[in-house]
Amino acid sequence: MRIKCPLCGDRDSREYTYMGHETYLDRPGDEGWSADWDDYLHLRDNPAGVTRDLWYHGAGCTSWLLVERDTVTHDILRVELARDAKRGRG
Amino acid sequence: MRYSGWQVLKQGLTGNKGWQPAWRDPDPKPQYDVLIIGGGGHGLATAFYLAKEHGITNVAVLERGYLGGGNVGRNTTIVRANYGLPGNSEFYSHSLKLWEGMEQELNYNVMHSQRGIINLFHSDGQRDAYARRGNTMINQGDDAILLDNAGCRRLLPYLDYDQTRFPIYGGLYHKRGGTARHDAVAWGYARGADMRGVDLIQQCEVTGIDIENGRVTGVQTSRGPIRAKKVAMAAAGRSGQVAAMAGLRLPVESHILQAFVTEGLKPCIDHVVTYGMGHFYISQSDKGGLVFGGDLDFYASYAARGNLPTAEHVIEAGMTLMPMIGKARLLRSWGGIMDMSSDGSPIIDKAPVEGLYVNAGWCYGGFKAVPGSGFSYAHLIATDRHHAPAARFRLDRFNTGLVMDEEAKGSQHNLH
Repeated sequence: MRIKCPLCGDRDSREYTYMGHETYLDRPGDEGWSADWDDYLHLRDNPAGVTRDLWYHGAGCTSWLLVERDTVTHDILRVELARDAKRGRG
Repeated sequence: MRYSGWQVLKQGLTGNKGWQPAWRDPDPKPQYDVLIIGGGGHGLATAFYLAKEHGITNVAVLERGYLGGGNVGRNTTIVRANYGLPGNSEFYSHSLKLWEGMEQELNYNVMHSQRGIINLFHSDGQRDAYARRGNTMINQGDDAILLDNAGCRRLLPYLDYDQTRFPIYGGLYHKRGGTARHDAVAWGYARGADMRGVDLIQQCEVTGIDIENGRVTGVQTSRGPIRAKKVAMAAAGRSGQVAAMAGLRLPVESHILQAFVTEGLKPCIDHVVTYGMGHFYISQSDKGGLVFGGDLDFYASYAARGNLPTAEHVIEAGMTLMPMIGKARLLRSWGGIMDMSSDGSPIIDKAPVEGLYVNAGWCYGGFKAVPGSGFSYAHLIATDRHHAPAARFRLDRFNTGLVMDEEAKGSQHNLH
């Protein structure tokens, strides 16, 4: 599996660490425990097919990336900086 | 037909013409008391114990492919009860006791071999942790022996004890642990359930779960609709998709776990040996192949195959621990789809939909749990009350904070 980092280019998956589903981009507020925190930390759609998840390019530019990929074929479909994705959501 | 040595002799002398199929191949009836989604180890064991312990025989097991074709047929066959956390400890202890009576209970040879498991440790701190673990196991009524370096050398003379990175201080020896013939476990439960009247329906994919007024009424399948009072999920790595049909999301992410087997060799590894620091464990099958594995690939996947970095890591760890395996040729490798829960422990509970039950989140430890899970799940389905040894495997524990984090890593998906 190779992931094309927007800054570093096409790199071996060994350079990256998987964090988890893009849910992690939407951290709930700090007002205390709520069902939103259960969603954020635990509950997952867990799709067999296209998913979007966060990877850390630790052995490269140390950016957080949002990777769109297929969990059945391991194809990498799209990669962008998590920062850009987060800004795009406002 | 009852299996016995006498039967083998009789059939052998009469041309082996009298053997019967081990189970029927029925068409689905329009209605059942209980439907079980998933004909793997857990689903088949549940059907067996529903019939045997609770007299509920109007049951069908619906299997998308063939019986035992999922993780129960694709694992490294280890059976053990060496957990430390309250809730896990009594559950796996109960499961191991069921293993010990399984062959008699099922009249089926599952080749259960209590060859012992040795968890190696490599520091004073790790020794303390294993001493505590061993005491917990003994308090639970199971067995544990703390081996020092010399004790390990006697049992495992072939390890590299003086490796500089992780020198071996000793090991925790769990004598009643071991291995079993994985497919036979599925087949034994299938035959036992079928004999008691359960319909095992293969090539029958569930495509929808029918819910009316918050109550489950049946399922849609590739072989037509089937009505039922109770529907029980036991779909392992596919639990997320089955739950989605009922509008549920589970605290589960499916990951790959790879395993490897070499060509058949003369007996050389007598136990199951685990090398936690290097992420490696190994045993030798009765056929002679070295069966080993390591950690997850650590990304969500349904590919049922892994990638090279993890394969390299596992094999490097194996070579560090036991250089003698270097000349063995690798025959094959494969990847299973693990239903990883966010705290690393399983779920056996009622779903928020009336009449729907969840059995999921077995992570990479589902095989040893097959009898215990089937027994406790059947108890829950039959009585609507939790079976004591599995009473902490709640679906809502992630929200209430009563998580069961055996490895003390935190309840978060990328940690287990």
